[in-house]
Amino acid sequence: MIKALIIDDEPLARSIVAEYLAAYPNIKVVQECENGFDGLKAINQHQPQLVFLDIQMPKITGFEMLELLDQVPPIIFTTAFDEFAIKAFETNAVDYLLKPFDENRFKKAIDKFLSTNPVQQQKRTLASVNEIQSATQNERVVVKTGNKIKVISIYDIQYLAADDDYVNIHTSEGAFLKSQTLAFFEKSLDEKLFLRVHRSYIVKLDQITKIELFEKDSHVLILKSGEKIPVSKTGYPKLKAVLGI
Amino acid sequence: MAASPLNNKKFKVAFILLFGILTGLQFFALQTFGIPQETALKDSAYSNIILALLCWLISNNLSFYQPTGNKYIYVIIWCMILSVGFCSILEFAFPSINPTNQQYQKFLDLSIPVRYIFSLLLIGTMAAISMLYYNQQEQQELERRKNEAEKLTKEAELASLREKLQPHFLFNSLNSISALTVSKPLEARKMVHQLSDFLRGTLRQEDSLTNLKSELAHLQLYLEIEKVRFGNRLNTLIDAQPNTLDLIIPPMLLQPIVENAIKFGLYDTLEQVTISIKAYFQAPYLIIEIINPYDAKTAHPNKGTGFGLASIQRRLQLLYNRNDLLIAHPTKNQFITTIQIPQT
Repeated sequence: MIKALIIDDEPLARSIVAEYLAAYPNIKVVQECENGFDGLKAINQHQPQLVFLDIQMPKITGFEMLELLDQVPPIIFTTAFDEFAIKAFETNAVDYLLKPFDENRFKKAIDKFLSTNPVQQQKRTLASVNEIQSATQNERVVVKTGNKIKVISIYDIQYLAADDDYVNIHTSEGAFLKSQTLAFFEKSLDEKLFLRVHRSYIVKLDQITKIELFEKDSHVLILKSGEKIPVSKTGYPKLKAVLGI
Repeated sequence: MAASPLNNKKFKVAFILLFGILTGLQFFALQTFGIPQETALKDSAYSNIILALLCWLISNNLSFYQPTGNKYIYVIIWCMILSVGFCSILEFAFPSINPTNQQYQKFLDLSIPVRYIFSLLLIGTMAAISMLYYNQQEQQELERRKNEAEKLTKEAELASLREKLQPHFLFNSLNSISALTVSKPLEARKMVHQLSDFLRGTLRQEDSLTNLKSELAHLQLYLEIEKVRFGNRLNTLIDAQPNTLDLIIPPMLLQPIVENAIKFGLYDTLEQVTISIKAYFQAPYLIIEIINPYDAKTAHPNKGTGFGLASIQRRLQLLYNRNDLLIAHPTKNQFITTIQIPQT
């Protein structure tokens, strides 16, 4: 028995997937969710082997939801129109259903899911999610704190610090860890607002109050919050160029 | 100003080569008239250098002034003046090349008319080549600009078509219809009709004004479809004062604002969402308020396009030449969009 989950904010869109799935007695829909938050809970609770996931959903998108999972289950994306995402799916050989889809197309997706091993699928899904998310200029970052999900507006970020396999996102409300690379944020954050000043630091430019000379030829930034951020040798010229000094 | 053909490397080489050959030919020709070798060399070298300079001069001049219509006569006159200048130099300066050789002095005098014709031909040819060259360059530039303008128009048309068709809305609606066909065929049929009417209205010409009544009817079609899509998450409240229904409004202005309100209302919160639309008359304006809930923490209305209302702002600007007719007013948990439509 394969446990399946349907995550979509439109009830009729969920019902059509459920209706098509009725033809597959060994696939059982364990729950239908109308947003990413419910989706997360349901995935952790049921550990499904197959998830039908919509992209545009309230509060957090399907991609943001996947970013919050420790273990990504096999996904079949469903979307109406999302040129950019579709391109990423194609390059990474991730299966997706374009709404509205018919039973034949649905059957193909199921057959493909059944014939691909889950580890392979997980890799492909993560690759395309990463590709899409790093290229989209998101105005928010979604993180997990304990059991809660926190949506951080990028305007509230003070600076980001690399921390092993994580990035520590410092805001006025405290610091939040996200399992991601600093290079990812360097690419996805608006370069007019943020700058990577050091191998391990990205700073929000409007947080800088002072640049001080530190030792012989290295510099340090003083932020509004009073915190000090080191500037690397390659970071300093970039900083000067961006600030026009 | 176009670049002179002399900036072209190949042309420059040919130009120098030509004058080199001319110098050589003149050198031999002068010798057949019994001019001493050294004098012949000097004469042919100097005269050809001067000619080359004059050719360069006319080519450069024409890059600043390109004659149009029947002004070509000026170019001919200019060529003749340059040739006269050339011959004057021959007349007054060249005798000093070899002042003692009587034969050279005599030859110089006799050859001036021929040299005049020769220089006029050469300068004239250079002028003609330059004019053709500049003309061609101008044509290419014109062509390039025309192509660019056409490309921009096409892109704008495509963008406006895409905006009108709203692929996301369209495909999601079709998906809902697809789901309804099996479970509730009658509702599916109703939705097909609503969607068709809505699309027909959307594709209507945008240049004429309509009244609020028909604009609200069009909006109603859209809202009905969205309610089927989002089920009970979406509620709408339309409150239009009776005296506003006949007031004029540009068509297809309201729907994109409401669509925007729905988008931010539905995608920014998890709860049920109520979108309110209020219309009232406040002389001389028809005022419409669209209110949607939103999350001030995660949505940043102050940034850039201000919730994708930029295209509406642009339209109002084009129609009324004012940029204060659309006001976005975010409060703690409500986003209020107000538009004022002048009624005079």
